[in-house]
Amino acid sequence: MAEAIRKGPRARDLKAMPGFKTVAWLCIIALYLPLAVLVIFSFNDNRSVVRWTEFSFRWYEAALSNDGIRNATWVSVKIAFVATVVATAAATMAALATTRTASFRGQGLAYGIINQPLMIPEIVTAIATLSLFALIKTATGVTGIGYLMAAHTAFCIPFAFMPIRARLEDMTLVLEQAGADLYATPWQTFRHITLPLLMPGIVAGAMLAFVVSLDDVIITLMVAGPGETTLPIYILGAIRRGITPEINAVSTILVGVSVLLVVLLFFVQRRMEK
Amino acid sequence: MPETSNATQSTRSDRAAISARSLVKTFGAGENAVHALKNVDIDIRENEFFTLLGPSGCGKTTLLRMIAGFELPTSGTILLDGQEITALPPYKRPVNTVFQSYALFPHMTVAENIGFGLKMLGRPADNVQGRVEKMLALVQLEAMANRRTDQLSGGQQQRVALARALAPEPKVLLLDEPLAALDLKLRKNMQLELKSLQAETGITFVFVTHDQEEALTMSDRIAVMRSGEILQIGAPKDIYERPTHRFVADFIGDINILEGEIAGAGGGTAQVRLKDGTTISARLAEGMAQTGPAAVAIRPEAARIAGQGETADLTGTLENVVYFGAASYLHLRLNSGEEFVLRQPGGLDGHDLSRGARLGIAIQPGRARVLE
Repeated sequence: MAEAIRKGPRARDLKAMPGFKTVAWLCIIALYLPLAVLVIFSFNDNRSVVRWTEFSFRWYEAALSNDGIRNATWVSVKIAFVATVVATAAATMAALATTRTASFRGQGLAYGIINQPLMIPEIVTAIATLSLFALIKTATGVTGIGYLMAAHTAFCIPFAFMPIRARLEDMTLVLEQAGADLYATPWQTFRHITLPLLMPGIVAGAMLAFVVSLDDVIITLMVAGPGETTLPIYILGAIRRGITPEINAVSTILVGVSVLLVVLLFFVQRRMEK
Repeated sequence: MPETSNATQSTRSDRAAISARSLVKTFGAGENAVHALKNVDIDIRENEFFTLLGPSGCGKTTLLRMIAGFELPTSGTILLDGQEITALPPYKRPVNTVFQSYALFPHMTVAENIGFGLKMLGRPADNVQGRVEKMLALVQLEAMANRRTDQLSGGQQQRVALARALAPEPKVLLLDEPLAALDLKLRKNMQLELKSLQAETGITFVFVTHDQEEALTMSDRIAVMRSGEILQIGAPKDIYERPTHRFVADFIGDINILEGEIAGAGGGTAQVRLKDGTTISARLAEGMAQTGPAAVAIRPEAARIAGQGETADLTGTLENVVYFGAASYLHLRLNSGEEFVLRQPGGLDGHDLSRGARLGIAIQPGRARVLE
């Protein structure tokens, strides 16, 4: 719909409508004012997060030398990395299977099943995952961070799947046929034609999966074992003990990282689409 | 060496590049089944420019895709140089395709596109490089080697597609309406270029088109198709001058088709009594029925206005004159009510060309033909 509005002759009409600017600014303020407050007070030289005194980096120094934060960050990154790699690979295969094979019975059903996790409330998924893992743990006695990684991988798949499938649907089959016509075996066709053309979708899917994993609270809270504290869980715990500018500083770093990722994604996609 | 359409079908299979035997392709099943090809037999010879011509939905593209390996026949076999390739996947066939949409790889340069086939065949890099340069020279795109394909014009993209398909030196080159997206002037140029490329490379070209003029200009032989069947195969001259089938006559060029009944036949000629009562003689191809209803086909250029004292084969009332300079097209109405168009070369002086004038029509001996 955004596309239609941009291209249609209405584009001018909409902008010229009374109150357009006001509404736009209200939206931007609602979205970014809280973030701005968070970022500003992360630089406050004071324990308070409501009363400004002086500019300082002291909370960043505190955060970066805090072992709890460092460990939690490391756990988060490890889990997000594994979940991203496995989920993106699985999502790519799922997307290929639903678009690049002869149509099969239940194709629509398969598509629905892959996307269903997006519709189920996260708390339900969290409890279901917890129950299953409890069963496995009792039966095998195996514990460890692997459970958390598996849980993250599972809920990341539909997020990685969406942009990959969208990209595949935009790609005509004729390029792959041309590859096969020019002596490329199915694997070579995938390697030299499908994969490079699919890359922007895969990168977008991977980044989405990474951010979703990094950000997750509810499922992690349920599944995480002792010593498996991710950054969001750490922040949640710290807030219970009272909010400090140190938390603001960590959150600001997180915002910075995700902005960086989005900018990177933008440039990667623009380069690849050329 | 004059070729006749019946000689092409048999005898020559030892020299055939592509042979199809009893090819059938049915899409879907039951009541909704679409019969794209109904029992097609064809022999395409080495080094010839062969065209599959027909309206959309006649099965020409399906046949081409089957030769390429993108489509499996429901039944029947396809041979390449006498070897069966019916079930071989596309990447195992020494056959390359120029796609209607060109299908250039957008993430590769012009040179990488052209070298792709050779690279996949595992040729050494310097070998590929040399061949790509040769191909670039062949299609006059040396300056474009490192461009992205989306920076090229339609005509240039067309050449890249051609060079890419020719680079691995396929036994057969398949062309799926490759000129359809070009404007008229460029299309005319590319027609000549394609024809000379075919002669230069000596590769068998199988060309699919719905444009009869394109088919006539470029082809060594043409197969005219309709509804999944091949109606006639022959040289352009055969197809144009000696159509055996009513659809072929009508599809290719302008033609007058007059209904009648065979009154007598013998020696390859039939006397056909037309609906207005006149009888004309027309050539009867071998194996055609010697009696019964028949249609007679006469090209506009095979008829002219009968001169003073000359006996007219037909008589008509002049309805319209379309002047083209070197010739004029005269539209006449016969007594039977049928329209007859003739092409009168040269000036129109000395004839009464007022609307409603009664004119005699003389037909060149041997140029009227009975259709199946």
